[in-house]
Amino acid sequence: MSRLLCGVLASRQAVAGTLIVLLFAGMALLATELTSYEPSRQDLSADLQPPSRAHWCGRDKLGRDVLSRVVYGARVSLLVGVVVVGITGSIGLFIGAVAGYAGGRTDDVLMRLIDILLAFPGIVLAIGLSAVLGPSLRNVLLALSVIGWTGYARLVRGEVLAWREREFVAAAVALGAGPVRVVTRHILPQLLAPLVVQATFGMAGAIVAEASLSFLGLGVQPPTPSWGAMLNEGRSFLLVAPHVALFPGVALTLTVFGLNLLGDGLREVLDVRGSD
Amino acid sequence: MGTYILRRVLLAVPTVFGVITLVFLLIHLTPGDPVDVMLGETAQAADKVQLRRQMGLDRPLPVQYARYLYHLARGDLGRSLHSGRPVRRLIMARYPATLELASAALVFALGLAVPLGILAAARPHSIWDGLGRVVAVLGAAMPNFWLGPLLILLFAIDLEWAPVSGRDGLAHLVLPALTLGIGMAGVLTRMLRATVLERLGDDYVRTARAKGASERRILLMHTLRNAALPVVTILGLQAGALLAGTIITETIFSWPGLGRLTLLAIQTRDYPLVQGCILVIALSYVGINLFTDLMYGWIDPRLRRPS
Repeated sequence: MSRLLCGVLASRQAVAGTLIVLLFAGMALLATELTSYEPSRQDLSADLQPPSRAHWCGRDKLGRDVLSRVVYGARVSLLVGVVVVGITGSIGLFIGAVAGYAGGRTDDVLMRLIDILLAFPGIVLAIGLSAVLGPSLRNVLLALSVIGWTGYARLVRGEVLAWREREFVAAAVALGAGPVRVVTRHILPQLLAPLVVQATFGMAGAIVAEASLSFLGLGVQPPTPSWGAMLNEGRSFLLVAPHVALFPGVALTLTVFGLNLLGDGLREVLDVRGSD
Repeated sequence: MGTYILRRVLLAVPTVFGVITLVFLLIHLTPGDPVDVMLGETAQAADKVQLRRQMGLDRPLPVQYARYLYHLARGDLGRSLHSGRPVRRLIMARYPATLELASAALVFALGLAVPLGILAAARPHSIWDGLGRVVAVLGAAMPNFWLGPLLILLFAIDLEWAPVSGRDGLAHLVLPALTLGIGMAGVLTRMLRATVLERLGDDYVRTARAKGASERRILLMHTLRNAALPVVTILGLQAGALLAGTIITETIFSWPGLGRLTLLAIQTRDYPLVQGCILVIALSYVGINLFTDLMYGWIDPRLRRPS
């Protein structure tokens, strides 16, 4: 863990990425304190009002304060990012460790399952799942978790395969350690660096995927603010009120940029290859 | 090479079956009765019974699966609930437009990434390197549903250089291809820069230099060929993002392709059409990955040997 912290501080990219991510995390956590308006409060007499001193980012087609919606939208985005990374990371860690340590037929079956899931390009399976399950935040989390664990599983399997041949693992086995102890106490701590890098990129991917689903109307439903849904609404008013799409777009791009910077910086400093 | 091709094709068969099975099961994940979701809970009981029978949902799951495979083998993907037309025909009518858009995006991505990646590697810390980084960052951080509207605002509305939407000639292709291809261009530029830089340190490059070969010859004749394998890998992986990206890009630019048809099918709860579209997109991806595998064997003959 201290190696990770030193890594972050040693890389300018990682520091810049961390600061951007912390900015949005702070926005999400302090949303109620940072905004003066309810994100769902409508004022149809002030629809599409441009940015002003009272409403720094203007108002949308229902007269809602765009800044409040962007700030509350950060909650949804970061929640999805954290929860999806937590679920997919845990599933991937478990399946990858089992496949890598058990080997043989178990490994073959699990890898074939992963190959099938990977045969669905990116978000297509999530779109299909969201379509049949119905649009909601819970179903977005479910759909993104179903497709997201394969990358972690492949990473962990590869690492476990490499580490289980090392002498300290052989020594632990010779001393009577069982498979669970060998994997959890001796091998998994070695995987922290590549897993953290993968999780950083995974979080960026989950945030973009949630925004994509919400943009298509298959994600978070109104009136809950989501950057993807706000972009879709703002698309119709690009000519007359570009601010409606501009601010959620900038927030989304900056968050993903920050996470990518952090991931790149960590990968460089921790000398992890090919995690994104 | 013949044995290599046969082996790769045989390895793809279980994946194809897995994809078909997963797409078949998709409709059965619907909470409650899928017929209720498609027709609405207030629909007449007789209509529900008829649809259930039409889709074979009144039979046991294994029978439904066997029928699905049987119909699929005959190229029958069922009928659209909305239009009543065969799903296969609806998809085939839209597929060429998606192929056209994806190909244009691929050409744009390669046309931008290959020269930029090579120049960035040949002259690190130069303006080309900086430009390469900008493309990589832009491609990674700007989702196409945000870039697309921005391009429309700038190039279609403000400058009036390109049409806003539709499919009617080359001019209509520019903005959607740019929107769809920028992500791939970013990943490729980054990968190419890293790979060419790595290859430039290899022994055979030093030998070529010692023999008096020009830098241009070293880059284009020696390094690029050896950097091709990882680039082809990335191309194969990114093809998935390209296919998935068509759903959003076609929606933004009203491009009459498979992606837009998929979204339309989802919005109208036309499940046989949703199933058909997702199956075709996934099988296209499997086909591209198989082609990528075959390319490996062509680029690097050592890979043709069984491991």
